[in-house]
Amino acid sequence: MDDCGSPILRRLLDSLPDAVRETHVRLGDVTAQIDAERVLEVLRFLRDDPELEFDMLSDVTAVDYLGEEPRFEVVYHLYSLPKNHRLRVKARVSEQAAEISSAVELWPSANWLEREVWDLYGIRFRDHPDLRRLLLYEEFEGHPLRKDYPKERRQPLVGPRN
Amino acid sequence: MPEVSNRLTYRRLETQEDDFGRDLHTEHQLLNMGPSHPATHGTVKFLIELDGETICDIDIQVGYLHRGFEKECESGTWYQAIPYTDRLNYNSAILANVGYCLAVEKLLEIETPLRCQWLRVMASELSRLGDHLTRCGAACLELQAMTPFLYGIEARELCWDLQEILCGARVTSNYVRIGGVKHDMPREFPAVCREYIAKIRALLRDFEAVVTSNRIFVDRLTGTGVISQEDCIRYAVTGPILRSTGVPLDLRKAQPYLVYDEIDFDVPVGEVGDNYDRYLVCVEEMQQSLRIVEQCLAQLEKLGPGPVDVLDPRVRWPAKGRVFNRMEELIQQFKAVTEGPRVPAGEGYLAIESANGELGFYLVSDGSAVPVKVRCRPPSLINLAPMGKMLKGAMLADLIPTFDFINMVGGECDR
Repeated sequence: MDDCGSPILRRLLDSLPDAVRETHVRLGDVTAQIDAERVLEVLRFLRDDPELEFDMLSDVTAVDYLGEEPRFEVVYHLYSLPKNHRLRVKARVSEQAAEISSAVELWPSANWLEREVWDLYGIRFRDHPDLRRLLLYEEFEGHPLRKDYPKERRQPLVGPRN
Repeated sequence: MPEVSNRLTYRRLETQEDDFGRDLHTEHQLLNMGPSHPATHGTVKFLIELDGETICDIDIQVGYLHRGFEKECESGTWYQAIPYTDRLNYNSAILANVGYCLAVEKLLEIETPLRCQWLRVMASELSRLGDHLTRCGAACLELQAMTPFLYGIEARELCWDLQEILCGARVTSNYVRIGGVKHDMPREFPAVCREYIAKIRALLRDFEAVVTSNRIFVDRLTGTGVISQEDCIRYAVTGPILRSTGVPLDLRKAQPYLVYDEIDFDVPVGEVGDNYDRYLVCVEEMQQSLRIVEQCLAQLEKLGPGPVDVLDPRVRWPAKGRVFNRMEELIQQFKAVTEGPRVPAGEGYLAIESANGELGFYLVSDGSAVPVKVRCRPPSLINLAPMGKMLKGAMLADLIPTFDFINMVGGECDR
């Protein structure tokens, strides 16, 4: 696999060559697409490796590529405070499974971010300590950021809870 | 009768003395605070587990202001998302404008003219100043100090007046465009701006005189809402909260965008990471923002009149005179308005330093005029997450200043 001239990708490919599916450095953003089954292993390596030191999980989000297979892509943005570099890690998740390992045990910042992805995309995070909806309410039906969720769809009225 | 009541009083005093040295606990009770509470400026609900007045646990429930920002952006053109970015953090709308447009420009691989970049920096800093003024002023108000709040709001009014002169709107400015800004600053702007900066400095002096060494304020803030450097990093907290723990991370310095690398300014940091440090960091950042605005004014005058938009027909419209007189430009304008610009396929993440920390935009395009994905990385949401940790074992009253200095803005937090 090509490291695209990036020392971050070189280091990752040297250490975990078979976990990486694809790499690119477009528009200055270093990106690695990895095997969804090994996401925790890769993220732990990126956090603990003394040459990379990605100590901050800045963002977790997902993209819905409706019509492609696997349909979803979970996107992690990592930042290293000591090294001042960034990396984007992506993992493809199929529609049937719609599940990936939670990164909460590595970074507590993943807690709310993964809850948001579950809320809006319906992707489940395995071993998440508290996988509730974050922005929407419990009775909401569906996951609105999926491309097949129509924008105009009305939700049923929810009565008083008690 | 008086005898009885005397005896009762006596007895109560006695038991109080007995209990005084004991570690007292009560039955835990749940307290609902919010979604709309007079002492929090923001729509958010706290479900607090209390032992007496001590906080055992907080469940923070956000989302009351969720308006489907990302869904809405994914159904319009790239241009139509800009007004929505205004409504993310409505205290500093221009910062979100700048962040979004820079991210789209990254995908388009265009660089705006120098004059536009200086204008954007100037507008950003006015915005940041307004945001910090709101945060510090409102924190005083919620700690029952009306006077400093009014000083802060008066200074914020001046910032908003400047924004009005600059772009015609006070709050939701919609000033920045993909590949430029709405228009250059009016000719009278530098003079008015310098006059207002002097006024804002005077107001900040008054504000600080009333607040910074005020015994009540200092006591309420010192040692409350403390978070360690390591926890900040683990929770990906950025902005003044991270800096208050002593980490000098400011994306304007660490990963400079626009012309920040040509500007002389300092990044203040705190020591212990309590609310008082956050306050001091914010106050100093306001002074630095004023310094940056002055440098921008000087630089803009030095640059002299020039274009504020890129000459790229993909994103900017032709001049009106040509639209009215020539067929090609008329067609170009028509297509630009009805279809919107096409952004090359690809993905990009761009982060700027907003008033609350790292405001990032992750955009995915499939080459069409409609975005596939517009993700806003909201610093408000991410900074709010460790609030339970900051307040575990603290008194209920400490929640108010801590929440104020986290500066959660509903629009940005819930999107």
